[in-house]
Amino acid sequence: MNFFDNDLTTIHNQLVNQELTSYDLTKQTIDALKETDKTIDAFLTLDEANALATAKAIDEKGIDPDNLFAGIPIAIKDNIMTKGLRTTAASKILENFTPVYDATVMEKIHANDMVVIGKTNMDEFAMGGSTENSAFKTTKNPWNTTKVPGGSSGGSAAAVSAGMVPFTLGSDTGGSIRQPASFTGVVGMKPTYGRISRWGLIAFGSSLDQIGPFSRSVKDNAALLNILVGVDKRDGTSVGDHDADFTAKLDAGVKGLRIGLPKEYLGAGVQQEVKDAILAAADKYRELGAIVDEVSLPHSKYGVAAYYIISSSEASSNLQRFDGIRYGVRAKDAKNLNDVYVDSRTQGFGPEVKRRIMLGMYSLSAGYYDAYFKKAAQVRTLMRQDFANIFKDHDLVLGPVAPTTAYGIGEDVSDPLTMYAGDVLSVPVNLAGLPGLSLPAGFADGLPIGMQIIGQSFDEATIYQAGYAFEQATDFHKQVPTLGGNN
Amino acid sequence: MNFETTIGLEVHVELKTKSKMFSPSANEFGDTPNMNTNVIDWGYPGVLPSVNKGALEYGMRAALALNATIAKENHFDRKNYFYPDNPKAYQITQFEQPIGHDGWVEVELEAGDTKKIGIEELHLEEDAGKNTHRGQNSYVDLNRQGTPLIEIVSKPDMASPEEAYKYLETLRQVIQFSGVSDVKMEEGSLRVDANISIRPVGQTEYGTKTELKNINSFNYLRKGLEYEEKRQAQILLSGGTIRQETRGYNENTGETVLQRIKEGSDDYRYFPEPDIPPIHISDDWIEAVRQSIPEMPAARRQRYVNDLGLSAADATVLTQSLEMSDFFEATVKAGADAKLAANWLQGEVSAYLNAEKLELAGTKLTAENLATMINLITDGTISSKIAKKVFKEIITNGTEPKQWVEAKGLVQLSDPAKLLPIITEILDNNQQSIDDFKKGKDRAIGFLVGQIMKQTRGQANPKVVNQLLMKELKQR
Amino acid sequence: MAISKEQVTHVANLARLSFDDAELSQFTDQMSEITDMFNELQAVDTTDVEPMTHVVDLVNVVREDVPAPADPEERKALLANAPDTEDGYIKVPAIFNNGEDSAE
Repeated sequence: MNFFDNDLTTIHNQLVNQELTSYDLTKQTIDALKETDKTIDAFLTLDEANALATAKAIDEKGIDPDNLFAGIPIAIKDNIMTKGLRTTAASKILENFTPVYDATVMEKIHANDMVVIGKTNMDEFAMGGSTENSAFKTTKNPWNTTKVPGGSSGGSAAAVSAGMVPFTLGSDTGGSIRQPASFTGVVGMKPTYGRISRWGLIAFGSSLDQIGPFSRSVKDNAALLNILVGVDKRDGTSVGDHDADFTAKLDAGVKGLRIGLPKEYLGAGVQQEVKDAILAAADKYRELGAIVDEVSLPHSKYGVAAYYIISSSEASSNLQRFDGIRYGVRAKDAKNLNDVYVDSRTQGFGPEVKRRIMLGMYSLSAGYYDAYFKKAAQVRTLMRQDFANIFKDHDLVLGPVAPTTAYGIGEDVSDPLTMYAGDVLSVPVNLAGLPGLSLPAGFADGLPIGMQIIGQSFDEATIYQAGYAFEQATDFHKQVPTLGGNN
Repeated sequence: MNFETTIGLEVHVELKTKSKMFSPSANEFGDTPNMNTNVIDWGYPGVLPSVNKGALEYGMRAALALNATIAKENHFDRKNYFYPDNPKAYQITQFEQPIGHDGWVEVELEAGDTKKIGIEELHLEEDAGKNTHRGQNSYVDLNRQGTPLIEIVSKPDMASPEEAYKYLETLRQVIQFSGVSDVKMEEGSLRVDANISIRPVGQTEYGTKTELKNINSFNYLRKGLEYEEKRQAQILLSGGTIRQETRGYNENTGETVLQRIKEGSDDYRYFPEPDIPPIHISDDWIEAVRQSIPEMPAARRQRYVNDLGLSAADATVLTQSLEMSDFFEATVKAGADAKLAANWLQGEVSAYLNAEKLELAGTKLTAENLATMINLITDGTISSKIAKKVFKEIITNGTEPKQWVEAKGLVQLSDPAKLLPIITEILDNNQQSIDDFKKGKDRAIGFLVGQIMKQTRGQANPKVVNQLLMKELKQR
Repeated sequence: MAISKEQVTHVANLARLSFDDAELSQFTDQMSEITDMFNELQAVDTTDVEPMTHVVDLVNVVREDVPAPADPEERKALLANAPDTEDGYIKVPAIFNNGEDSAE
């Protein structure tokens, strides 16, 4: 099976018409993937035996013609709890950790008879934008294997980009779905905060984290989101009363849609080719009948500071539970309780995670709370107001996902401040809790450029509507990387 | 130099909800360690808290029973610290906005005086697990992890260890009657820390305070504070200064001992809990909770005196515990005379409980059986003497008293037709006693009654016997 | 406002992390740079602006007080995941303290 040329509906029809069994699909997927992953390093754990057994059981039960996802393979970011399947968050401290429960999204994936192939690589505890912070391996960008795939959901993005699987799940705290989608030329959605239950997602920034889908096309992405959403009584921040069919408006076109182009998103520091691609996309939308004009997000320049204070503060608290006492790795030589804590954590966490913990602890510590945490939370309010002001007379906001295309492996990793600055265009969406989609919008030197469509809270449907219209009018998404894949 | 004392108490009360504060595990601590735990209680990666409405309402109830104002807008905060019994390494608590503030209780002091002790705030939080230490290791049991707690912080309104003792006693009583906790210090459902400072009379600012921890009983609270009062005075009188420190009470020596010197304030890095949306409490909700609060001891005492005709002293004793008060009311409701029920509960029942070291719930006694037994006495079916036997049976075995006395043939002999022949026979055989009686020796009656009782194996109704005997004697 | 090594050490202690001298120097420099970036927020006028600590407008998300039955299988799995256990307890090196501890 070739996931480059066959969309979900095509594969589904082949399964329904028994031209293909889920078992064969799974087998072919895993065989090809093993080969491709020698180059890409997208996977941390393969679950071959279980995947094949699940596929066989689904075949025996018969493919439900009304269930688009029956028998379809998917891979999961390694910070999502998969019962019985090793889950490490790409950290040594969870190197051999096997969850005793499933995340809510996994329950939904199993209920829809999808076949879980394995767990994908990421930056440790989702902290980073390149997967270079993984304790185990660095994933390569399928378009140029000397480049990073982005991150933190780099494994999930690369796996879809390289055609290894049709779908993956990622998580997005400050751009961790959208930025790797942009770097690898796939479609990635960060839904509205509260849209998908966070139960079973290893918490990083609790007020920012959202799970979301990767796919090769807008339509398939919307279809997958349909089965992931819903209120969950185990997650008090999940919201259920806005559920809709995200594919319903796909064909509606963009005529009359009002799209804002924030001037701050096309300013200094944004690569010229990226700017050009976004301006071209804006023109495309005008051509398709949308009204595109310039808007302003005056506080967006403070986004990186506010984001790093809030996400690191929350992370410093969330990651305290990794202490070597109840699960995970306990330092072997620990002789007293303090050693258990200090040695397990010092040996178990990588440098970026330690840096974030330190920053967060500092921002919350006595005497600094008001200047850092509280101030950042106030600036966050202003950033949300910036978006609210735009949405008074706009339906969507358009801009780049990242200031650049994928950079070289090893290029930025030594300087955290440069790394953090790369998040400037993605973090405002998380701070405001809004949905944002990344989809292919061009190329520069053979590397994909992603564009970001931001919508109002719980209005993913309009984002998909605009994304689909753009996709139909362009062929960026039809390009496939020459490295990797089984074509 | 004369000193005056300032004491404030921080009291933790475990709420007896069915499930935990932020997880649906049962709120029970059985013998099996880690039995009532789930992934939330273990602080697993990816878990989230879910707020127990029952715990919120118990917290509101406690706040209202203590005359506190309920905060309309609440949220939870994280208090961060590492400890093996604290699985997330943060405790979910209310730091910024406690659920209740500015409450008070009225404490009865000696000589009938009363004093209002202010309550600064009440906040809801989760309890930690339990560590037990053995040799080179500690053992963690998370059964208690997540039990809802309400922390009640008093104002520094107490001027003596005795006032602190009385405050704690009153507080315990109010919480117990509000039905939200067992408030048992020995089981840890009531825990107290005390802050105490002294200052020369006339000085406006407070002296440096010390904190007293690990207090295991009401008495130790009083003794520990008394010791601390003296210790601080000695230091000041000898020209020294008080250090801000945490001290523990040593039950064996009766002294307080240094546990930890406080250097500045602890850095708990509090911040609003992002996983729990705010809790807004409406007036309607407050009213509904207010309606659910059982009658408080003071109101009960008033009713016992005014409606049931008890003495103030009886009413006070009966309302010392919710269990006793409820049992008394149930006994009256089951048809017993209030005064007699009060007497039995304060007399035989309390004596039994003390001797056996039990609580009412630990016995087989029911209010219905006690009421039936009391009525058997009033209607003359059994004698007071037999009643003691009956009581022992109903409290140890839970037997229905009426059937039991009948089956055992313990029913009192009150029928003159049956008693008269026995009396006549005894008089016939004891002419000496008749003579003594005629000479005015009243002791003779006692002897004759004794003989009659012996003959009837104690079953004769003493009242009837007396009447018949006097009549018979006069005729001889 | 540069951060001192002492401050970094203090925060590392809070975080239960240890650093050697070289790491400490590096972290001190990096944290100084990053917090300088944080300090840019001081330029924003936030007078009367409420801090945003929750994203969704939900309130009173509560659960009824109904206990879930204990699950012996889950207990077994949880204990199996713990690095060290004994008789159903999680075992850790001794806490140097007396008797039992209670909530802070």
